[in-house]
Amino acid sequence: MQAALEDFFRALRASDVRVSPAEAIDAHRTVATVGFDDRELFKDALCATLAKTADEVDRFDRTFDTFFTREAFSATAPPTDRDPLQDLPPEAEQSDLARMLLSGDASGLAQAMEQAAERAQVSQIRLSTQRSRLTRKLLEEMGLSEIERIIASARKLDEPKGQAAGERLDAARAGLAKQAAAYVERQHELFASESGRNLREELLARKALNSDGGIDPVDLAMMQALVKRMAKRLADRYSRRRHVAWTGHLDVRRTLRRSMGYGGMPFDIIFKTKKIDKPSIVAICDVSKSVAAAAQFLLTFLYALNEVVDRLEAFAFSGRMISVNELLDEHKIETAILEVLKKIGFQQTDYGRSLEDFCDQHLDQLDRHTTVIFLGDARSNYADPRLDLLATIQKRSRALIWLNPEPQSYWGQGDSVMHRYERYCHVAKPCNTLAQLERIIEDVLRTYVPH
Amino acid sequence: MASVDALIQGLESVGYIASRRIATALYMAVHLQKPILVEGSAGVGKTELALSTATLLGLPLIRMQCYEGLDESKALYEWKYGKQLLYTQILKDRMGEALSDAPDMDAAMERLHGMGDLFFSEPFLEPRPLMMALREDAGCVLLIDEIDKSDEAFEAFLLEVLSAYQVSVPELGVIKAKTPPVVFLTSNNVRDLGDALKRRCLHLHIPLPEAALERRIVSSRVPGIEAELVAQLVSFVQSLRTLDLRKSPSISETVDWARALILLNADSLDGDVVRDSLNVLLKFEQDISAVEPQIAEIIRKPLA
Repeated sequence: MQAALEDFFRALRASDVRVSPAEAIDAHRTVATVGFDDRELFKDALCATLAKTADEVDRFDRTFDTFFTREAFSATAPPTDRDPLQDLPPEAEQSDLARMLLSGDASGLAQAMEQAAERAQVSQIRLSTQRSRLTRKLLEEMGLSEIERIIASARKLDEPKGQAAGERLDAARAGLAKQAAAYVERQHELFASESGRNLREELLARKALNSDGGIDPVDLAMMQALVKRMAKRLADRYSRRRHVAWTGHLDVRRTLRRSMGYGGMPFDIIFKTKKIDKPSIVAICDVSKSVAAAAQFLLTFLYALNEVVDRLEAFAFSGRMISVNELLDEHKIETAILEVLKKIGFQQTDYGRSLEDFCDQHLDQLDRHTTVIFLGDARSNYADPRLDLLATIQKRSRALIWLNPEPQSYWGQGDSVMHRYERYCHVAKPCNTLAQLERIIEDVLRTYVPH
Repeated sequence: MASVDALIQGLESVGYIASRRIATALYMAVHLQKPILVEGSAGVGKTELALSTATLLGLPLIRMQCYEGLDESKALYEWKYGKQLLYTQILKDRMGEALSDAPDMDAAMERLHGMGDLFFSEPFLEPRPLMMALREDAGCVLLIDEIDKSDEAFEAFLLEVLSAYQVSVPELGVIKAKTPPVVFLTSNNVRDLGDALKRRCLHLHIPLPEAALERRIVSSRVPGIEAELVAQLVSFVQSLRTLDLRKSPSISETVDWARALILLNADSLDGDVVRDSLNVLLKFEQDISAVEPQIAEIIRKPLA
């Protein structure tokens, strides 16, 4: 059973349930306590030991059911109760597999297949292309070549009875092959399906967002999940409160308290620690026509960030600028993005006017703790870019970061004023894949959150 | 504690209707001597599980409520500073007397060492919940409520207590529990807990109950309620949970509502009664106004 449990742990790891060696030991202790008799109890007890979040519980249940389910072997029962190998050529007498196949020994076959699978290392499967090869190997380990030889020599026999027995064996062999394929398929599902999904996610994270046609609708759901996870990861890491030793300021109260042990003599000096603010972010997102493809994704990111960062003010603009905090708070992600686009999207961009709007109404939200993130292509349709306003924003905020979905070589071409805006930004970077976005936001949070 | 089924029955006898998964987790926690981390939305009976377990096992319950800024001195122990101060003063007064007959400095020091250091000793220790739990020789149930509200530093500090059932007090050494307490940690998922903490615990997620289980819970919590009414109100609550609400009603709200309905002398649900008592069930104005127009429909069309 030890090996089976180890395989099960590996299957769990493959489906993203973390099982550390210590947890594996706990699981063994669990099994020793509850035993295997009661399937429900066995499952629940293992679940309590191994799965640590609600998501993991779901994945655990799925993996458990796939892993510990064995389809019953449906071997055909022999037609009569005489020796099933009677009519076959004499070498069949030697073959256990032939006997099991013809006598319909389901449990014997299942056991033989498990043992063969161990020898063939079926559970090491990684890719879907390995399936047919492993199926073949599994069958060979079970003794397929022997069966094939028996069938061949049975067909050469003169008597029709022997040939019929050969056909029966052939049919049983076909059934066995089907079951072996199903077995390998299930192992693939257990151990390798997750890696395929991971690969797809990785490709998606590196896909250019403003490429022709934007994101495939098929990938949209996965994309949103990916963005959400990213934002959560970032927020988890950076929204924590940090304590920083603030040497120079004495904590009188605690020092006095500590010194009581020494009769009031301050041997231990204690300094005050200072709490560091959580990051406060103002995000301003361009949703005009020229960035239409990227806008949806930028808004998705904004939405996800809004859910995890406490202090995020979100604005969207094309011709004018509006605050979209309420829209993001009230609606679900799909409707929120639609609402924003409906309200303000796809108009002629006017950076100057939008900056004016921002400075008129929302400038008070900027202080020296705020990081401003601009998401836009800086294509202002030759209108006045109002550099002075951007300068004001830069002066009032701690950092101004510009993320441009266009590659750097396009900056400053045509109506792009990116090079002129760039002067006022602490960081200006091209950003058109999810992976880039995550890296930049992480840099932002790391560099500009004081340590 | 002999088997999971016995545990389910035992919990039922103290008024807690447990699903099989809950009972199994508790059974494992007791037998493996591991703490158990209970997650689930507010009001599904996380804290109640700990209270019922304490009643069932006949052990005292020690409860520690976590909050931001909770630290060692409030969770584990503190020195009784006032008494320590008094002690030093008494010591000073007596010192001359005790040392007066020592011939020289070395002898005086010798005698001083011989007097024993009472300053950092158990009598001056003010035990807080964790320490009290470890010092219960017959064992106890320790409930660390809403661990997700505490700081990360505190979480790290809990690790020693949870894995070895011991704490180190720098001045005294290691204090180890004679009988490990049964530890419950509850979390509302305000933040993700660290992996190190999760690893040391068994995990139990209590979901909102299915209709049949909820009916049993209501009947056991509100004695004397008619089965007809229970079926109606549970089906009403269950259909509320399928709506998109800010805060879906959980078990405690269902039970409160059942009590409210008894108070209002209602023997069956009708539009007026529900409208009047809806604020027991729903805690947000938006939710109430979203549900109000649909009340008649929800009552008429019970969930399958």
